[in-house]
Amino acid sequence: MDLNTAWFLLIGVLLTGYAILDGFDLGVGVLHLFARDDRQRRIHLQAIGPVWDGNEVWLITGSGAMFAAFPLVYARVFSGFYLAFMLLLAALIFRAVSIEFRGQVDDARWRRFWDWAFGLGSLVPALLYGVAIGNVVRGLPVEADGTLNVSFLALLNPYSLLVGVFSLVMFVMHGAAYLAARTDGELQQRMARWTTGAWTAFVALYLAVTAATFFAAPYFFDGILGNPLLWILAVVLLGSIAYVPIAVNAKTFTRAFLASAGAIASLVGLFGLSLYPRMVPSSIDPANSLTIYNASSTPRTLTVMLVVALIGMPLVIAYTAYVYRVFMGTLKSTTEGY
Amino acid sequence: MELDALFLSRLQFALTIGFHFLFPPLTIGLAWLLVLTEWLGWRRGDEDYVRAGVFFGKILGLTFAMGVATGIVMEFQFGTNWAEYSVFVGDVFGSLLAVEAIFAFFLESTFLGLYLFGRDKVSKAVHWFSILMVAVGATLSAFWIIVANSWQQTPAGFVVQNGRAELADFWAAVFNPSTIPRFSHTMSATIIAGAFLMAGISAYLLLKDKETAVARKTLKIGLIVGLIASVAAMFPTGHHHAQQVARTQPEKLAAMEGLIHGQRAAPLTLIGIPSEEPPELNYAIGVPGLLSWMAFGDGDAHVDGIEDLRRQGHPTPPFAITFISFHLMVGLGSLFIALTALGVLLLATKRIDNSRLFLKLLICSIPLPLAACQLGWIVAEVGRQPWVVYRLLKTSDAFSQNVAAGEILFSIIMFGTIYLMLGVLYLFILVKKIKQGPQPLVTKEI
Ligand code: HDD
Ligand code: HEM
Ligand code: HEM
Repeated sequence: MDLNTAWFLLIGVLLTGYAILDGFDLGVGVLHLFARDDRQRRIHLQAIGPVWDGNEVWLITGSGAMFAAFPLVYARVFSGFYLAFMLLLAALIFRAVSIEFRGQVDDARWRRFWDWAFGLGSLVPALLYGVAIGNVVRGLPVEADGTLNVSFLALLNPYSLLVGVFSLVMFVMHGAAYLAARTDGELQQRMARWTTGAWTAFVALYLAVTAATFFAAPYFFDGILGNPLLWILAVVLLGSIAYVPIAVNAKTFTRAFLASAGAIASLVGLFGLSLYPRMVPSSIDPANSLTIYNASSTPRTLTVMLVVALIGMPLVIAYTAYVYRVFMGTLKSTTEGY
Repeated sequence: MELDALFLSRLQFALTIGFHFLFPPLTIGLAWLLVLTEWLGWRRGDEDYVRAGVFFGKILGLTFAMGVATGIVMEFQFGTNWAEYSVFVGDVFGSLLAVEAIFAFFLESTFLGLYLFGRDKVSKAVHWFSILMVAVGATLSAFWIIVANSWQQTPAGFVVQNGRAELADFWAAVFNPSTIPRFSHTMSATIIAGAFLMAGISAYLLLKDKETAVARKTLKIGLIVGLIASVAAMFPTGHHHAQQVARTQPEKLAAMEGLIHGQRAAPLTLIGIPSEEPPELNYAIGVPGLLSWMAFGDGDAHVDGIEDLRRQGHPTPPFAITFISFHLMVGLGSLFIALTALGVLLLATKRIDNSRLFLKLLICSIPLPLAACQLGWIVAEVGRQPWVVYRLLKTSDAFSQNVAAGEILFSIIMFGTIYLMLGVLYLFILVKKIKQGPQPLVTKEI
């Protein structure tokens, strides 16, 4: 494996970590919009309070790693999607502060406002991530000099919106499974129903997205059908998807959560595999595409950063796992805190 | 001034980084003060310190959330608004940003959750360790971002090749000539900011006769740490930093000090009124020879002025704003030393409780270190103009060519509105928390 491929893989790992970890925060945020009462809303916030910021850092690291390893992708995509990024940033700002602000004032309207901010601040990113992926799959108007400029409305094409709804539903399933694993009684039953409901929509949308991709981006399937990795990932994906409702029926919700994490990871893997070695396919001329070779940093930087990542990430994973162990367990709502 | 994409991008950067940099100094400083407070609470078994820890911990959490919400904007902004910059420097600068995320952000955010929510879930030792890791993580994040900024100021360890700066020597880039002066100076500034916050809040509690046992202890910590850090901000770190600027960025030094014409035995200007074009300094009062001595350790050394540097073909930065910001910062720094020294004196002679005027002064001083921080960054960043990477890349060649001015205007209005609202709410909640004061200890379950 060459350095560029290693970095492609590493950024894939970071974004997968982000999708699995912050994915349940986003899902919980969307479910927050549908909460029945204040007790339940407090439980939502307690469920993610101690960990959500660490989860978001996976995204920050992913974007930092992109800047370091593939500066051209970082520069071209971020400026090309300007308004979409601004919308994403506004949503993430609101999400961050609403978690902190909501419990600070004992007033129903105040809480109502931050409940909406938290819910929408989670829903918008959950949707936009899918929209972004959809647009990358379709290919973007990358010019010969590597620049691109897509208007915000052009990003909202039907195919990409479909992928957006798909990612939204996926995070809702993931968040509901997380909450089911961390609660008991009536709320747990409700979350179990949400998990199965979202799962059904997820399966339907998955089929729809796959079919639509054949039309929107046929090249996406070229040359990978013979790749054994594809089939391994596909088996993991199908197994994980099939296992979610089984685990919910057996009331082993932690397993349902892990299965949904497996589905997310294998989906990101499949996306990466089809994309490789491209990073941003050009819809104007395939030769303009930004790839892991023409958009990368120098071998020296890639090597230095690989050493940094190989020292740093195991440490991160070790203490993150420790902190999760401290906090996991069934939640009880108290009046303190949030 | 035209509302073109370049100007708007600069405005947006100044706005967002300036707002972001209100919060990290408080959290970095407060985190270290809490390491001390919690240590005293744990080792001495003194409940007052534990209650102080809970109280200031909540303020830390609130401030941290603001730092996070505004920091994420910064991380993306190089790509969205400064695409040409990102392409040119990505090989070097991007790595430094990524190292920050891997070694610092994970550490502080993960352990902050443990510190704030885990008091009753882990042993006292682990709990103290968690605030230590928050402080270490916040300091590392300051370190790596300052490395990145210092590389822009005094680039090193790279070669320009293939139309971009490529990494040649990682450690030379990390420890470029201005990293250590800038990091040590900024760290002392963050400790001042945290110490003034702690001292000011304690002063408020004393004045209101609320929880005075706790407040006296935190006032003492705030004033003593504040004095040490204030002295350190001037000497050795501020002085060291200025010497480094003299060596590595003569244009900035000349603008900071208001030196128009180079001379031997150059004076250190204490006050003066600058005007921009042609650069002039009127009504200046200075100490002869002191600048030469401060900058080069020799009272007779020659220091280049703005006009000399222009003649040598080097563009110089906006003069008035650099000069004024620098002098205000140094003035504030001197004020901090005087204020904290007076406070320590009152503490030592046990007269502090009755010095109501002084306590009021402390409350009013809470925002001043933040003002000094902003001014310092204006010196650093405006003083670097017209370069974004000193003598390598002009700011005017660095912004995203493919983003329309209208889009940037939209995002400025959006961030401006959101930040205004967040700033007001932050203050509102902060004041509310301070008024509540430290609470009795209850074991709560999550
Ligand atoms: C509480 C805040 C505070 C205080 C009291 C001071 N400073 Fe400062 N100063 C900063 C906070 C700061 C800062 C925000 O942290 C800066 C911005 C960039 C940097 O490295 O630190 C800064 C920049 C900065 C620079 C800019 C050079 C550059 O970055 O290129 C110099 C030469 C000094 N300082 C020198 C001083 C001196 C001689 C002081 C005497 C008292 C002083 N500062 C007080
Ligand atoms: C340490 C990390 C920092 C980095 C990497 C950084 C980088 C930059 C960049 C890329 C620009 C835009 C180009 C330019 O106008 O020169 C800029 C401008 C600016 N920055 Fe920083 N900056 C940092 C910290 C700060 C902080 C903490 C502040 C202040 C409070 C600050 C204040 C400014 C201002 C006022 C400008 C506008 C200057 C002008 O355009 O004349 N910077 N900086
Ligand atoms: C332009 C440069 C900057 C960028 C790209 C940046 C980026 C970020 C990001 C993404 C976060 C959120 C991390 C999280 O989610 O936990 C953050 C927070 C933080 N930043 Fe910045 N930042 C910049 C400037 C600075 C400067 C100049 C300092 C200090 C000297 C600083 C110190 C911190 C600290 C300590 C935090 C933790 C949160 C807090 O303490 O409020 N940053 N920054």
